[in-house]
Amino acid sequence: METKVMRDALIEQLYDRMRTNDDIFFVSADFGAPALDRLREDFGDRFINVGIAEQNLINIATGLALEGAVVYAYAIAPFLSMRAYEQIRTNLSILSQVREINVNLIGVGAGLSYDVTGPTHHCLEDSCIMRVLPNFVVFSPGDSVTTEQFVDYSLRVKKPKYLRLDGKAQPRIYDDPRKISMEEGFSVVREGKDVCLVSTGYMTHKALRVAEMLEQEGISAGVVDVFMLKPLDGELLYKSVGKYSHIATMEESFIDKGSLDSIVAEVLRSSRSQADLTKLGFGDRYVFEVGNREHLHKVNGLDEATIVRTLKGKLSGSRLP
Amino acid sequence: MELMEYLEKKAAWVKQETLKIHRIAPGIRLASSLSCIEILTALYYGKILKYDPADIYCEERDRLIISKAHGSVSFYPLLADLGYFALEELGRVGKAGSLLGDIPDCSIPGYETVNGSLGHGLGVACGIAMALKRKKRTEKVFVLSGDGELYEGSVWEAIMFAAHHNLNNLVLVIDNNKICMLDYCTRILNLEPLDEKFRAFGWQPSEVDGHNMKEVYSALQSLKQDGSDGPKVLIANTVKGKGVPRLEADSLCHIRALKTEEIDQLLMEMN
Repeated sequence: METKVMRDALIEQLYDRMRTNDDIFFVSADFGAPALDRLREDFGDRFINVGIAEQNLINIATGLALEGAVVYAYAIAPFLSMRAYEQIRTNLSILSQVREINVNLIGVGAGLSYDVTGPTHHCLEDSCIMRVLPNFVVFSPGDSVTTEQFVDYSLRVKKPKYLRLDGKAQPRIYDDPRKISMEEGFSVVREGKDVCLVSTGYMTHKALRVAEMLEQEGISAGVVDVFMLKPLDGELLYKSVGKYSHIATMEESFIDKGSLDSIVAEVLRSSRSQADLTKLGFGDRYVFEVGNREHLHKVNGLDEATIVRTLKGKLSGSRLP
Repeated sequence: MELMEYLEKKAAWVKQETLKIHRIAPGIRLASSLSCIEILTALYYGKILKYDPADIYCEERDRLIISKAHGSVSFYPLLADLGYFALEELGRVGKAGSLLGDIPDCSIPGYETVNGSLGHGLGVACGIAMALKRKKRTEKVFVLSGDGELYEGSVWEAIMFAAHHNLNNLVLVIDNNKICMLDYCTRILNLEPLDEKFRAFGWQPSEVDGHNMKEVYSALQSLKQDGSDGPKVLIANTVKGKGVPRLEADSLCHIRALKTEEIDQLLMEMN
């Protein structure tokens, strides 16, 4: 199956928009991409490399946006979201409540995208901490199709936004982009009956594989891909997951710290749902083990076989008298 | 000189009003608000900056980013006097429902950005300056910063950026009052020689006595006109707590509050 890197899909789209929209700036903290070379060359006056300086990346982006620019600020996800968190809070989250600021933070390397580079380059916190910020949009796509669909939204919605992009090429989740509505923020990508896997980002691919495996075992699993972590209409989400007695969240994030698992837990709680919730993600420790992404998942109990076993246990447990 | 007399008179009024604010809001940072009064007075009453209180974000305005927001409560009386908000607001600083808090923020007309947290103003100003240059606009971007704020690493990221991109429409004014929260900067981490540091980073530095209105006015006026290459920095040597002997002599003046009787005494002497 054809795969594509989200950032390349995004940058290709932005390149086309920059040809007709003079207000678009692309600011990088000395971070590149194959697709970025053409943009750097053809729009030299609107491509700015601030150097390895994430704090200044945010501040420069803010200043440009205050003068009416639409800014895409680009860096490695953990450094973008955490090295410069206070700049993001002060100059984007707080200031945008008073003044219009359209800054789109493109964080590349969600979760364990940069698998073998270790805990400094893993990014398991961003979806938790970015969701905390008022006035922010948090976008967590699972494929390049969803990422491309975000471009119009990013131009139209003049607010600060955080894009949590995977660092590696991924296959398509969506053949038809019309299935993706930024306003709804999620999409049912597989219907099921027994258990619903609610996932975001890279884990939606894994959820689809797990659903296939469960099917082999006679268990019907639905998959809901949540690509908008904020804002997200909880009541609308409940309409899609409320029929299930078992729900599992799947994400490359720390769990119990405010990410997708917390969103779903809150949706279930406020709907007085009795559904059983399994949170699949990373516990309260960093990942020092060395290996590729699947190895790291396995070490942390997130490989397909372990997830299938976990869910089967949950389902059979509930069937006992 | 008529203008200087006018500016001196305005500066004295701003100082008195700042002390009156302190009387009702003891938590304001009085000492650092007193050290920058001449700078703010020259910029606004001296009409060095273009501004329009009726259209606060008009494109034709010069941008002033007050990066040392804590130490700019003296900007409140000035803004009220110029018509950014009602003068009555000065009598309600810090009170429930008031527009004005102990630390200024961007919801107050006349403040461009959020600077209750230090080290942000210069970088944001660089983005603004770059956007203005690209649009071929002639407005200038002024930044008022404290010297203690220079400890923030993000400021130096911006200092490098401004020089590299030849932001010659950017003027940084440092209220060099030489005291941080706990002590003199020379004793915390020495920042001097500031002018040489800026020169080495590609900026054009100049220096004035920050309480000499004539010097301050003419330096700021010529920086406003200056279209030569490179960003400019004006090091305004000031005294923290200027005009209040007890504060001037105290390395902890940043966190000192005056008693009501002291304020009344000072106001009486000023009149």
